[in-house]
Amino acid sequence: MRPALEATGLGVRYRRTWALRDCSLSVPAGRVAALVGPNGAGKTTLMHAAVGLLRPTLGSVRVAGEAAFVAQDKPLYESFTVAEMLAFGRRMNTRWDDAADRLAGLGIPLKQKVSGLSGGQQAQVALTLALACRPDLLVLDEPLANLDPVARHDVMRSIMAEVAGRELTVLLSSHVVSDLEETCDWLVVLNGGRLQVSGDIEDLLDGHLVLTGPEGASAAGTQVVGASRVGRQVSMLVRGAPPLDPRWQARRPGLEELVMGYLRSPESAALPGLTGVGA
Amino acid sequence: MIEFNLDRGSGVSTYLQLVHQVKQALRLGTLRPGDQLPTAREVVESLAINPNTVLKAYRELEREGLVEGRPGMGTFVRQGIAGATLAEHTRLRRSLEEWVRDARAAGLDQEDLRALFTVVLADAAKEGVA
Repeated sequence: MRPALEATGLGVRYRRTWALRDCSLSVPAGRVAALVGPNGAGKTTLMHAAVGLLRPTLGSVRVAGEAAFVAQDKPLYESFTVAEMLAFGRRMNTRWDDAADRLAGLGIPLKQKVSGLSGGQQAQVALTLALACRPDLLVLDEPLANLDPVARHDVMRSIMAEVAGRELTVLLSSHVVSDLEETCDWLVVLNGGRLQVSGDIEDLLDGHLVLTGPEGASAAGTQVVGASRVGRQVSMLVRGAPPLDPRWQARRPGLEELVMGYLRSPESAALPGLTGVGA
Repeated sequence: MIEFNLDRGSGVSTYLQLVHQVKQALRLGTLRPGDQLPTAREVVESLAINPNTVLKAYRELEREGLVEGRPGMGTFVRQGIAGATLAEHTRLRRSLEEWVRDARAAGLDQEDLRALFTVVLADAAKEGVA
């Protein structure tokens, strides 16, 4: 199947600084991909390159079909009413679905000015405008930032319902990993402008173990992603089958542990077709 | 009909929680042959989870022969879970309660009980008993 998003050797340089280097990844169609990494990791740069808002310095990035993008600051005209915002969207786009019903269903009054909406309602209007373009790929930069827990849940429900309803691929960034646990099925980790992880979340979690044991226990046969030591106890995130040394306690990592394990060890990577992992 | 709910801190993967809840409903008779499971869209609209997770759970139930997908219509219960009847459930529950009282009297606390039960269950699974 053709990937919904594919980057090959993608590099973006702003003046002398590389915001993104040697990034090759592909996200299969129909997936909800989480893009995570610390501030300055290159998340927004990757999104901008994907939707064509900036030209790569090196390599290429390709989207199968149409992409819609919602920037982090929810770009709406504050002085417009919701109805005017919809009319604006209709004039600016060739593909356009009438979205008024969707907003009415969410209880958002069309006559209300954008500036008078709550943060959650503004997020829903921005999302509705993006969905009205009927994109094949929906790219959302920090869609849950600055929203209260109820609004976050509501925005996520809207996105998930859309994915369930038709063939739509989503790429969304967040630095709160717990927000992504139930909703995303593909993980992309960027760190310092480099790609560290790209893959199916279930496969990644099944392929890693958290080991806890005494100092000196042998983890031969596994690939160590990262390790930490407290007193005589060692905790490690590793890839591969459980080690033979019976002193280890092994369990499957959570998504947050997996992400943190990689972010703490920038030299490690879990990428398709890549077998070598830094120790 | 069944309404799913999630225990987000349980450490059990979401799709398995959905599978367990359908099986539990089949055991208790709240779901019966012919009943329709909620659509993926209905589930994700209430739980805000990935629709592929719901489809994966339904595929697993289908693989076990408990439900069947009818194209364009939805997913339906094919059969109940064969196993102990309600009367047997009651009898087994009684003897388990007795065992718990016995263990309590011997000084085991809640956690000891759980650990012991888990170990016995795991050993039985290894021997192919359960």
